Order: sequence, then structure tokens, then C-alpha cells
Amino acid sequence: MEDEVIKKFLYVNRKAPYGTIYALESLEVVLIGAAFDQDVSLAFIDDGVYQLKKDQKTSVDSGAGMKNFSKTYLALGDYDVNKIYVDKASLDERGLTADDLMELVYEDEDDDYKEKSSISIVNQEEIAQLMEQQDVVLSF
Amino acid sequence: MLHTINKSPFETNSLETCLRFARAGHSVLLFEDGIYGAFKGTRFESLITDSLKSKNIYVLVPDVEARGMRTDNVIDGIKTVDYAGFVDLTVDNKTVQAWL
Amino acid sequence: MKFGILVNEGPYQHQSSDSAYQFTKAALEKGHEIFRVFFYHDGVNNASRLMVPPQDDRNIVNRWTELGKKYNLDLVVCIAAAQRRGMLDENEAKRQGKDASNIAEGFHISGLGQLIEAGIKSERLVVFGD
Repeated sequence: MEDEVIKKFLYVNRKAPYGTIYALESLEVVLIGAAFDQDVSLAFIDDGVYQLKKDQKTSVDSGAGMKNFSKTYLALGDYDVNKIYVDKASLDERGLTADDLMELVYEDEDDDYKEKSSISIVNQEEIAQLMEQQDVVLSF
Repeated sequence: MLHTINKSPFETNSLETCLRFARAGHSVLLFEDGIYGAFKGTRFESLITDSLKSKNIYVLVPDVEARGMRTDNVIDGIKTVDYAGFVDLTVDNKTVQAWL
Repeated sequence: MKFGILVNEGPYQHQSSDSAYQFTKAALEKGHEIFRVFFYHDGVNNASRLMVPPQDDRNIVNRWTELGKKYNLDLVVCIAAAQRRGMLDENEAKRQGKDASNIAEGFHISGLGQLIEAGIKSERLVVFGD
């Protein structure tokens, strides 16, 4: 990069996967954005929490006939995208818990490459604070 | 921080979710179908009135007028802006979050 | 102040495309700078030079082209979103072996990195979508 500005980018995901393309194309932005070495966080709120549901099953040749892109979330840790915030109230009202979500992890290079969870389940106050600290909020 | 809402509160929960996360001192702009949350006599009036105690709420006049709604029926305390005012709001607030 | 604009919805179907235009125009008229307008999701369809709206309606693509010309705007269409929706410029059409291209004057196709760059280089990024 010509100038070394590091900005705080927050991706806000509030839409369920498959019904519309927003989740998939938002993830494509996150992956490309990872190459820019910015300070990236992801927030999953409302139906967005369904994007992280484990056991998604579809392929181009079977089921709903759409590509199962959920595996891409599992790769986020390798792209140094490891600050993933899930709104607890959104999980609660959907009858979901942390156990229903994919296990997203990253290797902490500051801690002997220990594998750690990328997901924090947080309350609205924590997410509100996070939002306030951002330079750029991309919502899809 | 500026939050923008472009959906009718009768159609999606964007307004309610936004107000759940918006903090004291934040600004909220209602535009497009979001303007339907701005009027007296709806079931969202008390939510808006309550939010006005700690937040600034704005409504985009061209979108109110396009829909045949009346600015004089907007809940007391909501401020009206045009597109230039919308631009000013984004200048005055460092972060802009669109609740799509 | 320097703005980046993200347009996530297509023309006529959603007001977001109109709102983005009105906002961009108002910002420019107030003397602000638009670093880039980035078209993503169905927003890429705003760049179709083949749209033929009724005569008494606004012409969304021409409107962007004209605003772009007047203020020398960088109107960027996301290549990945464009390709899957059948939006191709001449080069891409040739490369993909397609018999037509449909990107209007003043727009150009580029990668998602241009959106991130707009976020980094602009002082404000404003998102219009549905």
C-alpha cells in the first residue's frame, strides 16, 4: 500500500443465506478486503446469525442446487479475520445457541499459534460500542 | 454516529434493531420507506418518542412528500431534512451505518 | 469532504439507486468530493447502456453517466457481481467469448479491491441498499 492507513472496517450482516445473495457477496468483500491489512470485524445480527449455522447442506448438483459457501467462513481465520461478533439477543430469539454455530477459529501468533475461537457472543451494548469505534461500516 | 433506515417498520425490524443498538447522542435518519416510522398515530410512535429523549431523529422530506404523507404530522421532535441536509448529517457524523 | 458511495441495488426495482444518485448529486453541489461510486450486488445493473425506460420516466443510467461526465466521477462496477449478472464491458465480452457488451459510457468494471480502497481513501462511506 502506498500509504499505511489502517482503518477500522466493520461488516454488518443481517440477512440469512441462500434466500438472497447478500450473505455470499458480502463474504466475497470480506475475503478481498483481508488483503488490505485493515482492522476488520464482522457483526452478525438478526437473520444474519443464520449465516453461521453449522451443517449447511446444498451443492450445485444436489439439494437446493446452490453452492454451499458456508465453508468459506471457516477459512476466515487463515485470512486474519478473527473478530467475529454475534448478537446474543438475535440468537436467543431464534432459539439458537453457540452450539448451533460453526466453529470458527484462528491461530494466535502472539500466543504460540494456539488455536482460538474467532466468535464472541456479545450483548447489544458491546456491539453498539464496536460500531461507534469504526471508520467504515459496510452493511449488506 | 449516524444510522440510516430505509425500510418501513411495518415491513422489517430495521428500525427496532437500529434503536436497540443506537446509543445516546446518535442520530437516526428515516428515508425511503423508512419515513413511515416518523408519524403520529402509528404503533411505533411511543418507540420513537422514547428514543427522541436521547437521540436525534431526522426524516427526509422528499421521501415524505413523494408518498403523500404530511410533514406536519411528523412526531414532535423529529427534524426534517432534504438531500443537502442528509449530506450534512454524514459530514457531522464520523461513522455512517445503513440498516439495510 | 471526500465520500465513497456504495450502491447495492439495481435500477427501478429499489429506490436505493435513486437515493444514491440524489445523495451524490447533493454532495457534489455542496462542493464535496466523491472519491468513487461503487456498484455491487444488483447495483451493477445501473450501468446497463441497454435500459430503455418509458419516455416520461427518469433514465437512471444516463443520469449517472451525465453526472459522471460533469464531475469526472469514478463509477466502478464490481466485476464478480457484474459477470454473474451478465454485465460485460467490451474487453470482458471478448475474453469470455460473448457476442455483446452492455456497460454504459462513463462506467468501468473493476475488482472488489476498489470498494475497500474507497473505504480507506474516503472520509465517509455511505451505503445505499435494500
